[in-house]
Amino acid sequence: MASGLHDSSFSNPVVRWIDQRMPVFTMMQKEYGTFPTPRNFNYFWNFGALAMINLMVMIATGIFLAMNYTAHTSLAFDSVERIMRDVNYGWLIRYVHMNGASMFFIVVLVHVWRGMYYGSYKAPRELLWMLGVVIFLLMMATAFMGYVLPWGQMSFWGATVITNLFSAIPLVGDSIVTLLWGGFSVDNPTLNRFFSLHYLLPFVIAGVVFLHVAALHITGSNNPLGIEPKGPQDTLPFHPYYTVKDSVGIIVYFIVFAFLVFFSPNYLGHPDNYIPANPLVTPAHIVPEWYFLPFYAILRAVPNKLGGVLMMFGSIAILFVLPWLDRSPVRSMRFRPIARWLFLLWTVNFFVLMYCGGMPAEEPYVTISRLSTAYYFGYFLVILPLLAKIERPLPLPESIAKAVLRGGGPLPGAAVAKPMEKA
Amino acid sequence: MADTLAPSSSSPGMGGAHGAGAHGPEQGTKRDFLKLAAGSFAAIGVGAIVWPFIHSMNPAKDVLALASTDVNLAPIAEGQAVTVMWRGKPVFVRHRTAQEVQEAEAVPLGELRDPQADSDRVERKPWLVVLGVCTHLGCVPLGQRPTDARGDFGGWFCPCHGSHYDTSGRIRRGPAPTNLAVPEYSFTSDTQIRIG
Repeated sequence: MASGLHDSSFSNPVVRWIDQRMPVFTMMQKEYGTFPTPRNFNYFWNFGALAMINLMVMIATGIFLAMNYTAHTSLAFDSVERIMRDVNYGWLIRYVHMNGASMFFIVVLVHVWRGMYYGSYKAPRELLWMLGVVIFLLMMATAFMGYVLPWGQMSFWGATVITNLFSAIPLVGDSIVTLLWGGFSVDNPTLNRFFSLHYLLPFVIAGVVFLHVAALHITGSNNPLGIEPKGPQDTLPFHPYYTVKDSVGIIVYFIVFAFLVFFSPNYLGHPDNYIPANPLVTPAHIVPEWYFLPFYAILRAVPNKLGGVLMMFGSIAILFVLPWLDRSPVRSMRFRPIARWLFLLWTVNFFVLMYCGGMPAEEPYVTISRLSTAYYFGYFLVILPLLAKIERPLPLPESIAKAVLRGGGPLPGAAVAKPMEKA
Repeated sequence: MADTLAPSSSSPGMGGAHGAGAHGPEQGTKRDFLKLAAGSFAAIGVGAIVWPFIHSMNPAKDVLALASTDVNLAPIAEGQAVTVMWRGKPVFVRHRTAQEVQEAEAVPLGELRDPQADSDRVERKPWLVVLGVCTHLGCVPLGQRPTDARGDFGGWFCPCHGSHYDTSGRIRRGPAPTNLAVPEYSFTSDTQIRIG
């Protein structure tokens, strides 16, 4: 072996030649082939891979849409209609992109929920979790700006309302809004910069996803039991076990996705966005896309403008400090008899907020939103810190293998001595 | 991943009877079949979804709808030429004089780099309709206006690299390999043509 070459274990001469000079094959083999993965994943662990696939779908469709889209207030709406009617398969590409945004949020919300239920945010995975929250914020910004691009009524008025949130900031608020707009209202400069940023941010997301995965591959995955693998008897190589399990989920995901695209492509959208933007007429009932509704409900629940804006951003920001709010050493809710139910209640509460966010700002929705907002924050700020002190968790299993293999599997000590035992 | 020498991925864990090599090398295993079937299924699926993306880059319906251009010949006097846009490119429509037609017809085909008779290049005399795109590297040749340089053969002269075209739009001297292309067109009336 010449000095300076990587010691490759591949036998195919071409693969080997490349791998010796740039060990990407060794890296892939280590991180996605033999990578030791807890053997007890359930289907909730599909959603990270699904999110990765969804990001690629969004970037691919987006690049092709940009080939036909015109970022100008007088042409944008028509260029989108041209995509729908004249461009070959333009309807397909746009509907995939449009519903892909919804699919992305469904997938990522389940992914986040899984992290909260099974305690994936706890040490040593705090940074992994925080990078995930960064991705979620970037996704929200990207989705918001993308929704503005067709320049329909909801695009225009959504952009107006959301950018005006920043006017709540004391002293500099109005200057910031002018800066965001590039003018004195949402207009052509706004549309242009939103298009530019909407194209940029997905690649930023891809970069943070890389960091997210890099951090994951240091700590390893959490699992439904929330206990660390103690040896080879507790893990399986990622390939073929989880490549296959992920493939099953990917097929189901594509079935749901295809159903939306081909049978109800506008179900999750608003008909008002097929009316060209009109700066002189506000639609009677402005609602954001469904994935923003819970946060929109929190915004409207607070009677004070600045307070509402702070609460809305706070509802995401609080996730950054979740690893330090929940001091219970037990990760999985399976072993937390009280927290489990209060978290499921939090989940229901999230849907209540989503429902209220889609309703007009009047009674009884305002009161319900306020109670729900209180519980949303109460769970993080009061319940979790308190439960860490008073809750008595159920006994944890000795090991993953003991808990999931019938007959208990090989003893950890014996398995360490003989690691390649067939399961 | 099958070609790695690393030992760690070789623990099947599923029923050993179906593992690799259970039926001898030439027979193929159930896993080989599954890999092949799943691989082909995925390849066909990817192909089916890639096509709409590639096809979306082809001319759209509104582009195709603008693919033909009508030209009224009545106002073009003998000796004059007009340039019209067709599919984003200039088309030269020239009302040739009797002398120009005669010159074009008199050239022996053996002298031509791209031998083509004038009668094969026109629908009706004296009208000549050619794409105004030099066949060398795509510049627009001069010669449409009376004040333009028309080259040594009275047709068109490309200023980019010096190609000379004659009164039938045929290449006579310079780097261009072929004659100016004749677009598909037809007379819709005595004074009207439709290009495309």
